[in-house]
Amino acid sequence: MSPTSKAEWPLYEVFVRGKRGLNHVHVGSLRAADDDMALLHARDLYTRRNEGVSIWAVRSDTIAASAPDEKDPFFAPSGDKVYRHPTFYDIPDDVPHI
Amino acid sequence: MTDEDLYVDGDGARWAFGTGFTDPLHGIDQTVPDGVDAEDLAACCLALGDDALVSAQRLAEWCTRAPELEEELALANIGLDLLGQARLLYARAGRADGTGHGEDAYAYFRDPEDFRNIRLAELPGGDFAFTVARLLVLSVWRLAVCEALATAPDPVLAAIAAKSVKELAYHRRWAAEWTVRLGDGTEESAARMRAALDELAPWLDELLSDSTAARLGAEPAAVAARTRLELFHVLADAGLNRSTDVSPLDTSAFLPGSGRNGQHTPHLAPLLAELQSVARAHPDASW
Amino acid sequence: MQETPASMNTSVFEDTIARDQRIEPRDWMPDAYRATLVRQIAQHAHSEIIGMQPEGEWITRAPSLRRKAILFAKVQDEAGHGLYLYSAAETLGADRTDMTERLIDGRQKYSSIFNYPTRTFADVGVIGWFVDGAAICNQVPLCRTSYGPYGRAMVRVCKEESFHQRQGYELLLTMMRGTDEQRAMVQDAVDRWWWPSLMMFGPPDDDSPNSARSMAWGIKRHSNDVLRQRFVDMTVPQAEKLGVTLPDPGLRWNEERGHHDFSAPDWDELKRVVSGDGPCNAERIARRRAAHEEGAWVRRAAAAHAAKRTARSRRGAAA
Repeated sequence: MSPTSKAEWPLYEVFVRGKRGLNHVHVGSLRAADDDMALLHARDLYTRRNEGVSIWAVRSDTIAASAPDEKDPFFAPSGDKVYRHPTFYDIPDDVPHI
Repeated sequence: MTDEDLYVDGDGARWAFGTGFTDPLHGIDQTVPDGVDAEDLAACCLALGDDALVSAQRLAEWCTRAPELEEELALANIGLDLLGQARLLYARAGRADGTGHGEDAYAYFRDPEDFRNIRLAELPGGDFAFTVARLLVLSVWRLAVCEALATAPDPVLAAIAAKSVKELAYHRRWAAEWTVRLGDGTEESAARMRAALDELAPWLDELLSDSTAARLGAEPAAVAARTRLELFHVLADAGLNRSTDVSPLDTSAFLPGSGRNGQHTPHLAPLLAELQSVARAHPDASW
Repeated sequence: MQETPASMNTSVFEDTIARDQRIEPRDWMPDAYRATLVRQIAQHAHSEIIGMQPEGEWITRAPSLRRKAILFAKVQDEAGHGLYLYSAAETLGADRTDMTERLIDGRQKYSSIFNYPTRTFADVGVIGWFVDGAAICNQVPLCRTSYGPYGRAMVRVCKEESFHQRQGYELLLTMMRGTDEQRAMVQDAVDRWWWPSLMMFGPPDDDSPNSARSMAWGIKRHSNDVLRQRFVDMTVPQAEKLGVTLPDPGLRWNEERGHHDFSAPDWDELKRVVSGDGPCNAERIARRRAAHEEGAWVRRAAAAHAAKRTARSRRGAAA
């Protein structure tokens, strides 16, 4: 939250697990005075249609995020490591189960 | 690719959207079973249905007036739950009393003296503190009743009660959390909570002595004891108890009469006049 | 960290737009792009919130319990949609409290359509059919808007709004099968809402100064007139099925264009309503202001409780 914010309540980011077996997915944010309220608000706002089986609510100001300016140092180095991908390896078609 | 394709098939897959809705009465025989007094059953469904409808109407009055947008959603969810309970209970009442009336006959074409809700539900909306306090009392009490009714001898009522239990547990949580926030928050909020509790105290006895659901398994003394105990704990957390007595609210100013007998405050008639205005202005219309 | 030269930022931004990829919150973006988005998203969010009022008035009076539940849920959805959109605007550094204040002191706008009154329950149906229909025409393309959080909010809104238009049309179908009085109510509501609905798409393209830039930035995907035409073409056959007359003597199919011709709405009226002089502007803003101001003690109390709780748990940890 910016120091000049007029809001009485901090911002929370909300993540919902749509069903068992899936990751939690970021769905948006909301404002709440405390963690308990954030969970209830998340339930009322983001699962009105039976969308979730689990909710995380995280205060936005506690999230550590990579900066877009550092995109290249962060992500480019993994781009050329083609040997991490299964398609890099030539296996004859007639070898089973690989 | 059109826009429509993109949002339906592309981005759409990223979201968890609601799937499938369950009918709480699916596969349940609607016949009133032998051994269940149909008159008792009808009276119980009507009373609990009226409590729910009148409460939902009061919550709907908050629409566009809530103290924060997130609370618009919360209040509407609770109102919708109660409205849903009323509809199921009216449908059951219509079957049990032999009239075959649908839900709208009960909601729109009865006069105030025919309503059987407790008076606490019909008191005017008041401020947010009053809404929280009233919802706390009503949801704690109704939850105790519905938990008992979940094993009622009538399977339809039992199913409605079992569905309601899940909803009411959430209402109780919402109201209890807010009671603690307002009781502990600022001097103003604590004063408003205390004023709200004082205002509803005289109406509490009607609730705690209610025997509407007694013959279907909700024993009044047990329901009352549990309601008192739960209220005591929440109010203790909120710093709002006046004494260490487990009877947290002063009910000595108890007001005689009961909404269960059709004796209402002057506040019910205008509430119903609004609720019924369009339906009664066009009695032959279909909606 | 070294400062990236502005020219490089601009080219990355423009390249991202050109490749039809999304701009995300922490990316560099031109100030004017950010300002345009904040204005548009805030206006959109405000429209959802103010838009609760004309229909919300009928929840307590809905003539059947089924209609009551539908309308209650629909108006609640609008609060939710407002929140999704405020949430998207907050990713750009806008603050919801600040946006609310700008709304209630008139510095930010909302859709002109919500400054018209709802006179009968038929209006609830016509709002669903026309206003939500027009909103869908506007919003479906916005699912692909260039700013990621806005597009994602629109995906969710569009998904949820598909029921809004259908419930409106279904209510009207039911009313048209009812009494003569009900059919007259529907036609009256159609007559009153048709022109304001056409105005929802904004001024004509040759009088829409910011449109070109918004299109170049991929914020808008289609022009006002294109979307308006799409709405008319979509609505005409629905009106025929319903058995109502759209109040435009100039409305007719144009074989050559493959579209319906229709008369221009009264653009002066749109200007008046947008600038604050519509039938309900003052009332709508007064209601929003009252809710915001009367809720202040509640928001303060919750914040005070949270602060006390944090302090208590710190003391507990220290002890």
